[in-house]
Amino acid sequence: MSGAGASSLALEVENLAAARGLRVLFEGLAFRVSAGEALELRGANGSGKSTLLRILAGLTRPHEGRVRYSGARPGDNEEAAQHYLGHLDAVKPTETALEQARFWARYFARPNDVADAAIKRVGLANRKSVPGRGLSAGQKRRLALTRLLIEPRPFWLLDEPTAALDTEGRTLVMQLVAEHRASGGMVIAAVHGEGFANARVMDLSTLKAAA
Amino acid sequence: MSGSFSVFARELKLAWSGGGGAALPVGFFAAAASMTPFAVGNEIGNLQIAGPGVMWIALALASLLPMERLFQADLEDGTLDAYAGSGVGMEGIALAKTLAHWIATGIPLALIAPILWIMLQGPPGQVLFVVGAALVGSLAFFFFGSIGAALAAGLRRGGLVIALVTLPLYVPTMIFGAAALYAAAGGGDWGQPALLAGAVSLFGIATSPFAAAMALRMAID
Repeated sequence: MSGAGASSLALEVENLAAARGLRVLFEGLAFRVSAGEALELRGANGSGKSTLLRILAGLTRPHEGRVRYSGARPGDNEEAAQHYLGHLDAVKPTETALEQARFWARYFARPNDVADAAIKRVGLANRKSVPGRGLSAGQKRRLALTRLLIEPRPFWLLDEPTAALDTEGRTLVMQLVAEHRASGGMVIAAVHGEGFANARVMDLSTLKAAA
Repeated sequence: MSGSFSVFARELKLAWSGGGGAALPVGFFAAAASMTPFAVGNEIGNLQIAGPGVMWIALALASLLPMERLFQADLEDGTLDAYAGSGVGMEGIALAKTLAHWIATGIPLALIAPILWIMLQGPPGQVLFVVGAALVGSLAFFFFGSIGAALAAGLRRGGLVIALVTLPLYVPTMIFGAAALYAAAGGGDWGQPALLAGAVSLFGIATSPFAAAMALRMAID
């Protein structure tokens, strides 16, 4: 896949239900996200935002319903359609920030300079030789964001991407999301507080109340 | 494919840089074998009877030691989520991590095996065979161990679960490997038990990544 904009994929969710133990988080969920769109997931803590994102990422199996990509053209790789950034930053304590970015570059079969550019872009250029254990929570989050930049993929599934970030970091996330959407990318994110420009909002708390 | 290769290279580096991942298993192996002469006594013949078997048991238990952390750290810090959420197969990740840890820990175990063999009064002419047997045996111990490691990844103090799940899988390697060592110590033909042990190891390498991957997918669900 050459870039996020080259994709014609759309994400379709049909009749999705999730349960944790005996508690139904949501059911009958249906939506579609296509090129350039952003969907904000809102709702109280425990309303199922993270679970929904994990289902979309293929990490958790839904109780019912299905998630599929439609509009795949030959050459679109549906297995490599998304990035998932969860609560945990996947930062290793012993590797330096640059080593970790370069690892993800090798992981996605991308050249090293892509990782170097991503480190600069997220504002870690002067912290790049610091091992993970020496990074603050916000800096770890910034390091996690480099994965989005290292390999362009159409879908970004972000779980509270601005958590732990300072004002400048939040602006960075907003910019990255805006650029991604401008090139045809799609973002589904769990957010509290300030949201993205022109985003659709889905409130999981009210969904459940209505059900 | 590049995903699994890069994970393999990273794990290898983390195992070396992380303060000697091999130190504890190698120390355990050496300590267990070097305590044996004191425990079984120095009457002529005692060590010849107990030595190879004790050495093989010590190798199996030493291989079990690093298993608790094999997948746990990646599960706790979100790395497994990142791997799984990017569409790379868990089978490749399990294979890459297990192989890297075997190279970092299993090979050092095999390399000190001859010293322990001599200490247990094994014939010095057979030391090369002992290295080979320990390499083959530790492969089985690590790969079967990875199944237990994956099942226990999400558990606090999962060591007991790993031991319970894994030890039955160790039995064929225990039987054939020890039989080969006794044959070598007695100057007999070790070929057949060694080949059978090798076959068990190949079976472990071929099947355990699939079982481990299934357990890991359950752990992140």
